[in-house]
Amino acid sequence: MDITAKTAGELHDLLVQKEITSTELTHAFLDRVRRLEGQVQAYVTVTDKSALKRAAEVDAKIARGEAIGTLEGIPMALKDNMCTEGIRTTCSSKMLEEFVPPYSAEVAIRLQEAGAILLGKLNMDEFAMGSSTENSRFFPTHNPWDLERVPGGSSGGAAASVAAAEAVYALGSDTGGSIRQPAAFCGVVGMKPTYGAVSRYGLIAFASSLDQIGPLTKDVRDNALVMNAIAGHDRKDSTSVRFDKPDYTQFLGKNIKGLKIGIPREYFGEGIDSDVAKVIWDAVAALKDLGAEAEECSLPHTDYAMPAYYLIAPAECSSNLARYDGVRYGYRAEGDDLISMVRKTRAEGFGPEVKRRIMLGTYALSSGYYDAYYVKAQKVRTLIKQDFDQAFGTYDVLLSPTAPTVAFKFGEKSSNPLSMYLSDICTVPVNLAGIPGISIPAGFVGGLPVGLHLMGKAFDEGTLYQVAYAFEQHTGFHKVKPSTKEVAAHGLE
Amino acid sequence: MAWSDTYEMVCGVETHVELATKSKIFCGCTTEFGGEQNTHVCAVCSGLPGVLPVLNKEVVNLAIKAGLALNGEIAEFSKFDRKNYYYPDLPKNYQTSQYDLPICKNGWLEITVDGAKKRIGITRAHMEEDAGKLVHSGETITSSDESYVDYNRTGVPLLEIVSEPDLRSIAEVVAYLEQLVQILDYTQVSDCRLEQGSVRFDINVSLRPKGTSDLGTRTETKNLNSFASVRHCMEYETERQAEVLDAGDKVVQETRTWDEGKGITISLRSKEEAHDYRYFPEPDLVPLVIERSWVEEIRRTLPELPTERRMRYESLGLSEYDAGVLTSSRALADFFDEALSRYADAKILTNWVMGEFLRLLKANQQSVLDSPISPVQLAELLELIDKGSISGKIAKGVLEDMYATGKDAALIIKEKGLGQISDEAALAEIVEQVIAAHPQSVEDYRAGKERAIGFLVGQIMKATKGQANPSLVNKLLKEKLS
Ligand SMILES: [Zn+2]
Repeated sequence: MDITAKTAGELHDLLVQKEITSTELTHAFLDRVRRLEGQVQAYVTVTDKSALKRAAEVDAKIARGEAIGTLEGIPMALKDNMCTEGIRTTCSSKMLEEFVPPYSAEVAIRLQEAGAILLGKLNMDEFAMGSSTENSRFFPTHNPWDLERVPGGSSGGAAASVAAAEAVYALGSDTGGSIRQPAAFCGVVGMKPTYGAVSRYGLIAFASSLDQIGPLTKDVRDNALVMNAIAGHDRKDSTSVRFDKPDYTQFLGKNIKGLKIGIPREYFGEGIDSDVAKVIWDAVAALKDLGAEAEECSLPHTDYAMPAYYLIAPAECSSNLARYDGVRYGYRAEGDDLISMVRKTRAEGFGPEVKRRIMLGTYALSSGYYDAYYVKAQKVRTLIKQDFDQAFGTYDVLLSPTAPTVAFKFGEKSSNPLSMYLSDICTVPVNLAGIPGISIPAGFVGGLPVGLHLMGKAFDEGTLYQVAYAFEQHTGFHKVKPSTKEVAAHGLE
Repeated sequence: MAWSDTYEMVCGVETHVELATKSKIFCGCTTEFGGEQNTHVCAVCSGLPGVLPVLNKEVVNLAIKAGLALNGEIAEFSKFDRKNYYYPDLPKNYQTSQYDLPICKNGWLEITVDGAKKRIGITRAHMEEDAGKLVHSGETITSSDESYVDYNRTGVPLLEIVSEPDLRSIAEVVAYLEQLVQILDYTQVSDCRLEQGSVRFDINVSLRPKGTSDLGTRTETKNLNSFASVRHCMEYETERQAEVLDAGDKVVQETRTWDEGKGITISLRSKEEAHDYRYFPEPDLVPLVIERSWVEEIRRTLPELPTERRMRYESLGLSEYDAGVLTSSRALADFFDEALSRYADAKILTNWVMGEFLRLLKANQQSVLDSPISPVQLAELLELIDKGSISGKIAKGVLEDMYATGKDAALIIKEKGLGQISDEAALAEIVEQVIAAHPQSVEDYRAGKERAIGFLVGQIMKATKGQANPSLVNKLLKEKLS
């Protein structure tokens, strides 16, 4: 038995039954990280000492006969844009390479209180800008299904770590698809919750009105368990919403008979790989087998989502990233005076994609352009929201591919930003509308995973879990593990 | 010939007021003035990566209160925006402020200049966060080898109050600012400690030929922090603009700064160099929806404002001038009212408050709030004069002792034996002694020399060390000599 292959739900039972200890479990994961990291490169920082210390504490608790929580003693990791007190938090940027936050993100605190064992911090596209993790300042992360290919991004480290069983689960962040697209590329379950469902306090901002933290897990049940731990109002985040947080696991196992699924035809247009589309139509057939009603529908403003997104997100990013000036923390270049110091710091500290977006955003907000770009993009955003509102008047969930293609090769899109941007075409509208979206394994094309994207009403993550779980249990794609020789060699038998 | 013979001045003022909250606008740090550098800071106000602002409700309460006191409309829907610019005293390199939907609009206040009343419009009032403070090793940031930043002030809540360009003379400007600061002081929206920079003024001024209605090109002089510097700065700036216009040149639209030492304004940056602040809605805060019940609740807490108080004092028989002085600060007016509740003669009380009391404060460079004499203590002193326990003249000395020691008047009179002799039997004895000792004066008086009685009174006062009740002395003397 390789315990690293197991889900959080299964491991919890083993811990309670004293079949394993948290220390053994943590060692198993740290060993696996040590052996696989040479190929996968999911981690920026591994916190082995503190992880083992925490595990020993949980074991002591179990030994005392105390009850443990569902996630207690279970090893996990965080995308490196969530602040962790005393542990460097880099955003995979030279700018924050040495930055050690004096405080922890709310999600990190909640997981710590739930007894989670933090294994380390995960690689990402610099400041969460990118779709392949190639924009990391340190190194690209490799897709465990094919090491020649990208894991997706920006939460590429998070998706790869879960797919390669280098962590039981991980938290990622999603601004335009950054949880769901890598989840699809790496064959794991990734949830982007409703905007305001999970606190952003301590998440290093890319685009404040779009960013949302969510779990990447091996299966749907684990995803619901992690959501139980991290979701809910936080007074430190004014945009977090007071809502009645359900137990997300209560939706698992409910049948989906009569459930109405809309399939927006705009999500199957040009650029969607036909083999990927076929996998999605097979998924639709499976859902129909389970009793759901599915039909085509329309979200007419979908075409305008990408342009609106690439004005709003860079606009917010240009302001959010202004604080990295070398004055207070982070990288500082030598300069002759204040202005040259700030200029050189930003020129040397940021990578090209970050600079591109800062420039785009600065331009979009400039006097004379503001109305034509930023204001217009916000109007488009309202129209996209209205599209969804209208569709959800008829349908319980909407369905699409998560990404237009399977994982692409390194370098394939990195020279053309626009083609890279298009890999988020199915996920971006969900962020603009602030609604939840989940990607679950739905099959394969050429041995590479394809993600099924389900979109729900605001704060209706429950129904997404209901449909996702029914599909997962029916199809079993989540049980297929990467078979590259490097990954397989380390025992996922 | 003065420029005012040829030109008319048009002026509007932006006033930045530090709101009197205990904690900062978006975090829990204290707003206390001073403190060792960078000790009143946290992750949020120092702008660390990942932090988020949470609006302090008390800031909104005070902004609403100020808005109501300035007769403004309180917005039902208001929001915050980011004002983007780079400066090391600004940790996020943007200031969270309010742009197109401020909390208050369309207010006004009334000023009186040379007896004429005038209403000055207030365009808007909005909430924002203060920046930190730069400390340079040299004179300026560019000429210094090293500069340091103190973020203690960062995130202190400010209210920016923007007037309409309704002001037409320096006297009107000063009257407006005095009235504005009085209102903010009365409503306790701000501590109004100008010397600590808790109120700062930006002056927009232009000139135009008399009789014309188009606006001339204006300049904005930033960061003045006293009425005196506003007055001096405006005297300079209007003179300067008049000279430019007289020479047939055009005034350059620009931002200027006041050099207090040299007594001149200096150009900071022209319109072309002006920042593009790239305002956009603050995505980390939700829009502010202000229920009418909230506004009404705050309206009920509004105190009597300076104008109302002045009118009440005038109705007590005080002159317009006296009422104006007494209401010049809430602390002084409160002092007066508290004393008045104990000592009902408003005119006598006014004379003492505006005379001896203010003189003592000024001599000791203290404010009413620091006064060691309480209103009740002052009232007690005046009661003792009325009862004849001491004379008015002695009372002045007693008040000085009260100021120096904080003791009650009665105690000082007792300790120093200053009690006025009003005991008729005791005084009669002294009167007789004096008459016996000065037969010549007695003879003079009886011969019709009225003046002689003055000498005798003086001798009696001398013998009693000034404590004899003067009217009793007069009465006794006349009885004995008749
Ligand atoms: Zn603070």
